[in-house]
Amino acid sequence: MSTLDLVAVTKRYGDIVAVDDATLSVPPGSFVCLLGPSGCGKTTLLRIIAGLESASSGEVKFEGERIDATPVHRRDFGMVFQSLALFPHLSVRENIAYPLKIRGRGKAEREKRVAELLDLVRLPGVADRPITQLSGGQRQRVAIARALSVSPKLFLLDEPLSALDAKLREAMQVELRQLQERLGITTIVVTHDQREAMTMADAIVVMEGGRILQMDRPIDVYRKPASPFVADFLGQTNCLVAKPGKGGAEIAGGTIPGLQLGAGRREAEISVRPEDVVIRPAGDAPIPATVEFVRDMGSAVEIYLSTEAGRMIAQRASGHDALAVGDEVSLSIAPDAVVVFSEGVAR
Amino acid sequence: MSAPARTNASGQAALAFPAVMLAAFFVVPFGLMIAVSFFSREQGGFYTPVLTTANYQRFLSWFFADILLFSVGLSALVSAVCLTIGAPFTYLLSRLPRRSQVPWLVAMMAVLSLSEVIIGFAWSTLLSRTAGLSNLFVAIGLMDGPEAWSPSFTAVLCGMVYQAFPYSILVLYPAFSRLDPSLSEAARTLGASPVRAFFNVIVPSLRNALVATFIIVFVFALGAYLLPQLLGRPQHWTLSVLITDQAVYQSNMPFAAAMAVFLVASSLILVLLSTMFGGRREAK
Repeated sequence: MSTLDLVAVTKRYGDIVAVDDATLSVPPGSFVCLLGPSGCGKTTLLRIIAGLESASSGEVKFEGERIDATPVHRRDFGMVFQSLALFPHLSVRENIAYPLKIRGRGKAEREKRVAELLDLVRLPGVADRPITQLSGGQRQRVAIARALSVSPKLFLLDEPLSALDAKLREAMQVELRQLQERLGITTIVVTHDQREAMTMADAIVVMEGGRILQMDRPIDVYRKPASPFVADFLGQTNCLVAKPGKGGAEIAGGTIPGLQLGAGRREAEISVRPEDVVIRPAGDAPIPATVEFVRDMGSAVEIYLSTEAGRMIAQRASGHDALAVGDEVSLSIAPDAVVVFSEGVAR
Repeated sequence: MSAPARTNASGQAALAFPAVMLAAFFVVPFGLMIAVSFFSREQGGFYTPVLTTANYQRFLSWFFADILLFSVGLSALVSAVCLTIGAPFTYLLSRLPRRSQVPWLVAMMAVLSLSEVIIGFAWSTLLSRTAGLSNLFVAIGLMDGPEAWSPSFTAVLCGMVYQAFPYSILVLYPAFSRLDPSLSEAARTLGASPVRAFFNVIVPSLRNALVATFIIVFVFALGAYLLPQLLGRPQHWTLSVLITDQAVYQSNMPFAAAMAVFLVASSLILVLLSTMFGGRREAK
């Protein structure tokens, strides 16, 4: 049985549909990322799960029971807010002990739990400091500890790492995932950062315009995106229009031998990841191209190419022969690296 | 070297204006008042500059102590009522969409444009036996016959709270609207009911604004002069009424000055005490 089920959840603000017919089920102990651009409804969906907003229609079920009518403070879900929302007038200890105090736990038990939690988030020895004296990363950890202090049934985080600098953010992603694995707590994180989602999640839910576009394992969302939007949102991709041709498919100015678009289709949108575009000397491969720009990032090199089908991006490990702007090359694409979208051509 | 010197000179010049104004309109009159409070009264005339403490001795009687206590108590009660209604009101107001906040704020500020006289007469009509609210209650069957609710202590309190309420909103609103709305949401996800979240989280994080509001309304109410006379009985008259009586009708300037000095001193002490109380809790 799944821990959390959303059935056809819709949220309207007047004419605006913030969440549109979202159906989702979260297995116990899993780590789910709601991923999408800003304004896609992911935060609203999280707030509906937390009980801070009520759905206009649809059902929210927790362990099989409907919880739509349960007020926020009776749900026992831990939540970390984007602004962290630590109480500025309380110390670290008082912040973490707040939910325990409300539930009438004794002083000794509260002290013990605060020490445990500060250990858990690797922040010992700050219990008596005021919140205002902590760094961004420390506040982050205190917010996580506070949300976990009553061992919540569900752990919700709204863009929890967005205030941190890039390096600390990457480190916290790994740490958060390890923490979640240790506790085995069902976790839902809202993020707009696809690297963050890929790092942490068991399952990624991609949203756009209030709708859930795809829910899958991270690698499947990356390798088998359900739509051009998903392909484009998760990392870089080359979106092309292909037509059936002799022995494969044709794109403008070239061919992809062996690619089947599906029976009876006259046109299809396809996606190819930059690492699947292979650069060969001019004339060796079926798609002629000119080097437009070379972006050497040390660990890998991205090559921007102009082709008759438009700009394409290829990525390869460094250590190949250097390419210069203006070089004539040719490209080959393996048919099994191509994702063919089932819908018609959107453009 | 010359540039900073010039900036300094112009900085002092800029300060000179408020300094002169403060001296001319506050320090000098206040000094005169203190001086007069130590002069002796001349029967049938004004006062003679002969130093005496008789004015203060006369003031230190149960009669005047009683009135001072009443004035301070009334002001504190008005502040307390304004805060009790104003804090939740402002909190809910600041949670509304911005567009719906504007009419409320405009209506609140409109009250400020009413003169004290108009407010006084409006309330005395509203609470009168012949045309007041009690007639409405009779009409809907809540009461047997109309009653006069003014003059009374409640009438004074109502009028003064009505007058001071917009000021309290004015001071509370900026602090409340800057408050991170996720603070109370966080408290609720941690298990606090909305009411508990308000008292555990909202009120303490706005402590400074609440203390400031209390002081401003308190000082404002301490100067009340017209409303206690329009809406209250003589026993509800504040020290300000007595000061005016002594200064204008009894022509006893020195005694009026002594009372005024005492009123200013006691309100200053109370303001200092409350800022110290508010400040200490903040530092902790």
